[in-house]
Amino acid sequence: MPFLNALVRFLGAVVLTYLGLLAVTFFIGRVVPIDPVLAIVGDRAPEHVIARVREELGLNLPLWKQFLIYLGKVLQGDFGTSVLSSNPVMQDIRRVFPATLELATLGTIIGAGIGIPLGVWAAVRRGGVADQMVRVMALIGYSVPIFWLGLMALVVFYARLGWVGGPGRIDVVYEYTLTPWSGIMLLDTALAGEWEAFGNAFSHLILPASLLGYFSMAYISRMTRSFMLNELAQEYVVTARAKGLSEARIIWRHALRNAAVPLVTVVALSYAGLLEGSVLTETVFAWPGLGLYITNSLQNADMNAVLGGTIVVGSVFIGLNLLSDLLYRTLDPRTRTR
Amino acid sequence: MSALLTVEDLRIAFPNRDGDPVEAVRGVSFSLGRERLGIVGESGSGKSQTGRAILGLTPPQAIVTARTLAFDGIDLLKAAPAERRALRGARIGMVLQDPKYSLNPVMTVGDQIVEALQAHENVGDREARERALAMLAAVQIDRPARVFGLYPHEVSGGMGQRVMIAMMLIADPDLLIADEPTSALDVTVQLQVLSILDRLVGERGMGLIFISHDLRLVSSFCDRVLVIYAGRVVEEIAAADLGAAQHPYTRGLLACLPRLGEHRHPLPVLSRDPEWAR
Repeated sequence: MPFLNALVRFLGAVVLTYLGLLAVTFFIGRVVPIDPVLAIVGDRAPEHVIARVREELGLNLPLWKQFLIYLGKVLQGDFGTSVLSSNPVMQDIRRVFPATLELATLGTIIGAGIGIPLGVWAAVRRGGVADQMVRVMALIGYSVPIFWLGLMALVVFYARLGWVGGPGRIDVVYEYTLTPWSGIMLLDTALAGEWEAFGNAFSHLILPASLLGYFSMAYISRMTRSFMLNELAQEYVVTARAKGLSEARIIWRHALRNAAVPLVTVVALSYAGLLEGSVLTETVFAWPGLGLYITNSLQNADMNAVLGGTIVVGSVFIGLNLLSDLLYRTLDPRTRTR
Repeated sequence: MSALLTVEDLRIAFPNRDGDPVEAVRGVSFSLGRERLGIVGESGSGKSQTGRAILGLTPPQAIVTARTLAFDGIDLLKAAPAERRALRGARIGMVLQDPKYSLNPVMTVGDQIVEALQAHENVGDREARERALAMLAAVQIDRPARVFGLYPHEVSGGMGQRVMIAMMLIADPDLLIADEPTSALDVTVQLQVLSILDRLVGERGMGLIFISHDLRLVSSFCDRVLVIYAGRVVEEIAAADLGAAQHPYTRGLLACLPRLGEHRHPLPVLSRDPEWAR
């Protein structure tokens, strides 16, 4: 059963990676010079109170026992309580992660949807005007600070032109009429049939998403260009020409289909980068996402929240790696085991 | 009978780093009927570029000029790109050197053959598949239906090259250009592929340009041989008369062939005279 074998090896790798992630977050929690006891009782508490709280938190146990307890809790989705919000961390993350997910997903769709065709175009017109234009656009994407571009975009499209909604996820008018079912505004409003609210949420989302999309487009278009140049120089392209195929078919069906294999990794990595939450973008657009949450928690020494957020980001990376692995297998017949 | 292909004073130049053109092919002329012409030369002599120029597959920066470059009465240098594309695959086919690189790795061999047919003839998927299977059988592939669904990395080199031949012959071209079609194959497989090529070219009455660096192979396989040196034809001779070749370069190439039971010490080396390249 080669398939079953592969599956077991696959799952084994996932479990090991995950254990590694949890071990790292656990030890970060122990190593940082923030005493969780003092964070709770304050630094004026008498000695016996400190000792009691230390025992209640299980901090007097041997490290390996603490790790096992930690492991058990995390696996049940218990990341402890946030000092800052005094909610369970999991509850906070349920609130902030969908906001980041929505933003990152639309950003990646924009980035890949425009970046890949642009990269192909630049490769086909190598050295031409189109290539130079795409190069300059990508260079700007690489080098301009995102908060500056974000502010400029707000000034122009929101303040001056009034084409889009401003900071925040949705206008206050709609905010409390909505039952947050998934936390993803576009989905919630669409499911409720609230099309006016949907349009409003979209007008808030489109500007930050385009901004993130622009930056991921810069990266994706450059990578697509170099993958395409590599593929277009291959012998099978000469064969395709010798068969008399149209240039469009050679580019899209033959070369891009081959370039798609490494592109999967590029797009997945860029998506994962956006899912970490972009602190600067979330700050500029007052977007209550994961990046903002983790940064706020870190500044307030709220370690449970920081570690919880870190685990979510790590899980996202592991998940996306698995997904790109599976996509690799479907796109490249050479990686399939028969 | 007019010639299938007429090449007169073909020149192909590539710009060097300073932008000055450097000629890789410098005035090659020959004409071809429905016969087998071998083109022999060492690496960089311009033999492959000659083949590609006929198909219109020289790199975009190359400058191709000729007094005549005509295929079946069509002036190839004046033909529109679309017209040249319609010729490729349909009336002129080309087999490349190494099937490991010349087949698209992410497409099944069957789809690649079907695609070659559908690029030129308006046939439905089912009929195209039937014809592709028949073509695979014609290149002596035992279980065509199974091979049809395989990916290039799943077939051997010899089978890959037979697939390549099937792909290039499915639209029934009048001329096939085979650019070192057996150089990447094992010696035992070479003969098998050659005999398939030999039979199909004979049956279909096609013209064949066989590009190779293997003089002996070419002389046993072709009717006529063109020896190219530094972008020029130094000798054109019927394959049967090769023993009586006049040009010192051809004679040098022939002298390189070892014979059984012969002691050669020191090994002969090709002599090159700058005069030949003028």
